[in-house]
Formats: sequence, C-alpha cells, structure tokens
Amino acid sequence: MEDSFDKTILELESRIEELKKLNMKPEVQFDSEISELEKKLKRTMKKTFSKLTPWQVVQVARHKNRPVLRDYIAMIFDEFIELHGDRCFGDDHGMIGGFAMIGKKRVILIGHQKGKTVEDQVKNNFGMASPDGYRKALRLMKLAEKYKLPVLSFIDTPGAYPGADAEARGQAEAIAKNLTEMAVLKTPIIVIVTGEGGSGGALGIGVGDAVLMLSNSIYSVISPEGCASILWRDGAKAPEAAAALKLTAPSLLELGVIDEIIQEPVGGAHRDYAATADAVKEALVRHTRRLQRYKIRKLVEKRYDKYARMGKL
Amino acid sequence: MGWFSKRKRTAPTPVKKDDIWVKCHACTAHVYREEWLSNLKVCPKCNFHDRISFQERLGLIIDDGSFHEFDKDLKAPDPLKFVDAKGRYADKTRQTTEKTGLNESVITGRGKIHGMRVVLAIMDFRFLGGSLGSGTGEKILSAARFALKHKMPYIVISASGGARMHEGILSLMQMAKTCAGIAQLHEAGLPYISVLTHPTTGGVSASFAMVGDVNIAEPKAMIGFAGRRVIEQTIKEELPDDFQTAEYLLEHGFIDHIVQRTEMKDCLYRILQYWSSK
Ligand SMILES: [Zn+2]
Repeated sequence: MEDSFDKTILELESRIEELKKLNMKPEVQFDSEISELEKKLKRTMKKTFSKLTPWQVVQVARHKNRPVLRDYIAMIFDEFIELHGDRCFGDDHGMIGGFAMIGKKRVILIGHQKGKTVEDQVKNNFGMASPDGYRKALRLMKLAEKYKLPVLSFIDTPGAYPGADAEARGQAEAIAKNLTEMAVLKTPIIVIVTGEGGSGGALGIGVGDAVLMLSNSIYSVISPEGCASILWRDGAKAPEAAAALKLTAPSLLELGVIDEIIQEPVGGAHRDYAATADAVKEALVRHTRRLQRYKIRKLVEKRYDKYARMGKL
Repeated sequence: MGWFSKRKRTAPTPVKKDDIWVKCHACTAHVYREEWLSNLKVCPKCNFHDRISFQERLGLIIDDGSFHEFDKDLKAPDPLKFVDAKGRYADKTRQTTEKTGLNESVITGRGKIHGMRVVLAIMDFRFLGGSLGSGTGEKILSAARFALKHKMPYIVISASGGARMHEGILSLMQMAKTCAGIAQLHEAGLPYISVLTHPTTGGVSASFAMVGDVNIAEPKAMIGFAGRRVIEQTIKEELPDDFQTAEYLLEHGFIDHIVQRTEMKDCLYRILQYWSSK
C-alpha cells in the first residue's frame, strides 16, 4: 500500500507523545516544544482533512479504530436492552438491536456491528449481515411500530454477507422485504451512516425519514475496488472509481440521498470518540423530536415522496 | 454500393459455425439455431430458458394489439457524469439505444391478458445487462402508480444483472424507490406478481423481484443476490451446479412456481382470477 495520507500527522502525534512521556521526569522540560508541535499538528490536521480525496475518505471510513456501534451504544445511550434472534433461524451478530434510551427518549435501535478485535470481527462477520440479521432488524422495526417508538438505524457494513448459506436462506428476499416494509413503516425512522454504507447490505436497514451521515463516512452501490475491477478491469484503480462513484457525504447530500452531514472532529472520528458521540447524539435527538411531531400518515407520505424522487431529473 | 456488392462476391464470407449452432448456457449442448429459435430460445435438450427481447415477451403474454406503452421516451439520465476506463456513460447509453432501439432496461405499459386489464413491466437484458438505473426505477414506479390509480394488477418480468454502477448511489436508491411503489400496492390490496427470468440477480433480486404476492420463475433461470464467484471466494469452496437456479430457489422456499415460457400467460391469468373474482 502507498504511504498513508496522514503520515505527517501520525509522525507528529507520536513525537508529541514521546515528549510528553519525557516531560514526566523532573530534570527535563519540553513544554514549549510540545506546544509548538501541537500547534503544528493542529494546522497540518486541519489542512489535510479539509481536502481529502474520496479514496482517502474511504480509508478514514474503514479505519480500524473508527468507533463501531457498541462504542456509540456505550457513549450515547443511557440504557440498551439487547433483543436477540429473527424468530426464524438464528441470531446474527453482525446486526444487533434492541430497546434503547437516548436522553429521555425511548427508541428501538438497530444497526450493523463491525467489531474491533479479530475475535469480534469473525463473530460479527465484519459487520456483513446475513438474512437472519435483516429479519431480526425487521422484527424489531415492527415492534417499534407496535410500541410507537422511533427507529434509530446505524449503518456500518462493507455489504451483505455473500455466503452460500446466506443465499440459501434468502439474502435477496430478506433485503427486499425490509425495503418494502420500511417504505410504509408507521413510525419515524432515523438512519445514520457512521462508517461504510456498503450497497444493498446498507440499504437493507437504510430507508428512513432522515438519513444522516458522518462527514468521513461513505455510501456506495459497490466498493471502489469492486467497481474498479469491473469497469477499469484493474482493482488498483480504486481511487479513480471512488471519485467517479461520488460516494462521499457532500456528494450524497447534493444528490438528495442524505439529509444532513454530521461534522466529525478534525482528524476523523477515530481521533476523538467523545466529540463524535456528542455530535451524533445531538443530531439523533434533534431529528427524532422533529419527526415525532408529524402525524404518522403524513410522515409515511413524505417518506414515499422522498424515495419516489430519487434519481428523478 | 456497387463496390461493396462486388467485393462481397469476390470474397464471400464463409458461414460461421455460430450461425447454425447455438451453445446452451446451461447444458453447453450445441443445438440448431433454427430449432432453438422456433422453440422460443428454450434449449430442447435441457429446457433452459434463455433471454428474450421485450418484444418477444410481450407477444407471449399480452393480447395482440392491446399494449399501450408508458414513458416511451424516458431516457437513462447520467446524474454523476460518470466516466470510466472505456469512456463516458452517456455515450454508452446512446450507443446502446442506437443498437437496440431501447431507451432503458425496462418497458412498461398497460395491456390485456385474455381480456383482463393489467399493468406490465418487462425488463430487457440487451440494455446494459438489464441493470437498474434511475430511468428503470422511475418507469417501474410510475407503472406501479398507474396500477394503483386504476386499481389494476401489476406484473413485473425481471431480467437483470443488478444495480447500474454508472449511476452510483442513485442506482442503489432505485431499490428503495421501486419497493415503495410495491408497498403501496400491497397496502391497497392490489395484486403484484413477480416473474423472474434469466438472470435476476443483485439489486433487482434484492428489491421488487422478490416481493411478489406470487413469485414465478422460468426453468433454470439464475436468481440470486451475490455473484457466484464472490461467494466461492468468501467460503473458499466450489458451489453445486444448481446453486442459484430457479429450481434451487423453489426448493428453498423463495419462489412459488417454475413455469414454461409458453404457459406463462395462462398461469398469470389463472392466478389473477383469484383476485378479480371478488
Ligand atoms: Zn441446455
């Protein structure tokens, strides 16, 4: 792989850390040097992150330290009662959900769970949900409808799981059913793309009244690598494909696919969990409040109109 | 003109093997093209139903002279101004239109099946592999709206490789858009029948094609979400021959019927009688 675009930033960060460690000893003092470096770091970070290429955004969206759903649950929600199983076959760990409390609001939370440790990732299939996951999500959404709770849906997946068993149990049907049911679900749905919005696997829980996106997340019909290998016949052309696919938040906002961009702290969500979580929480609460004011019929009508306009010239 | 005909006479092109024989995708048997064509592109050896044009399909399903097309002039838009290694997407669609006479990967309209009024969408694989573009989604939704407004049954006959990458995220959104249209038919109690033909994969299988009141497939049609090669790479083993065939889906509970091309019209008619008989 080529040099990472944030090489200078990483070097500065490790140098500052070193000096801070040395600073603990009484005989040496690096205060002024540290503050100089920190200023430089801030400048560099701001500059680098203000003009990321789409391919660089892809790297940030997939960063190994980027917060995953379990992190958001811990930071944003005051209570989470996880509910398990699709009542058909199994319990998918790549898609989780349950009752949750955000501030004083009770909601149904669903979302992809990527995992961070290797063990976790294997258990969760790297956030690639199976039909059982989509069916569990639908089951919980129907529960939300019954209890008149808003649905908060967190998207972070490379795509739906492409396995033989997933096909046998109807990956296509599971996603199709969700799209059809979500279009007319009689409760507000707030969707947030926090990392990777990978194609049908993302959309399978992605139809909503408000669709939000973290500023360094991506949402695409196909991975840049997949697109490059088909249309460029060369997987290494992924950076070109990433640009052509218009998969970054500002492009999606312009295309009318998303409703709002949630700004990440400078340097990306993985550099400041707390600030990211605050921004996400604020946006979720605000949109939930806004959407709960609508009469349900009106809300569903508006949702339909929004999707009916997608791609219309 | 004369120059060409003269040249042709002096150097006659030999009749290619391909002109006489057709190789079946499913059983790889070589069959006489004439025989295959008169059999409506169905393999006489293994009954594989190959792709047909929307014109051919229309003739098999709809009463002669009863079809009225919708959105005839709707052309594939180029919302991303997409350019890949081979050039501009806009050029690609224009060339495809010149070659096939099709403006999009689906033809929609109303017509009659043994006198019964229906709304119909027929996908045609010749237009960019039947891929799901914004124009495709728009036509499928607007036909669903017509069915809703006039309280008519809706039939969609799919043939598609899936999403259309050249339209990026907007192609993906057509899945949600078309399903929203189908959801309204469900809510209004109007019939929606999905016919899945070879191939129906990716984004089309994961949207409107899989949520019919009744899902019908043609024999040996390939139907599935992920590509066979991707799955083999994921699970690191070879898949059985019948994987993702209509027969496999029938066995796993995702389609109701496998019906011969020649019997599709009668089958649709008989099923819809259960709705209209109310
Ligand atoms: Zn054959």
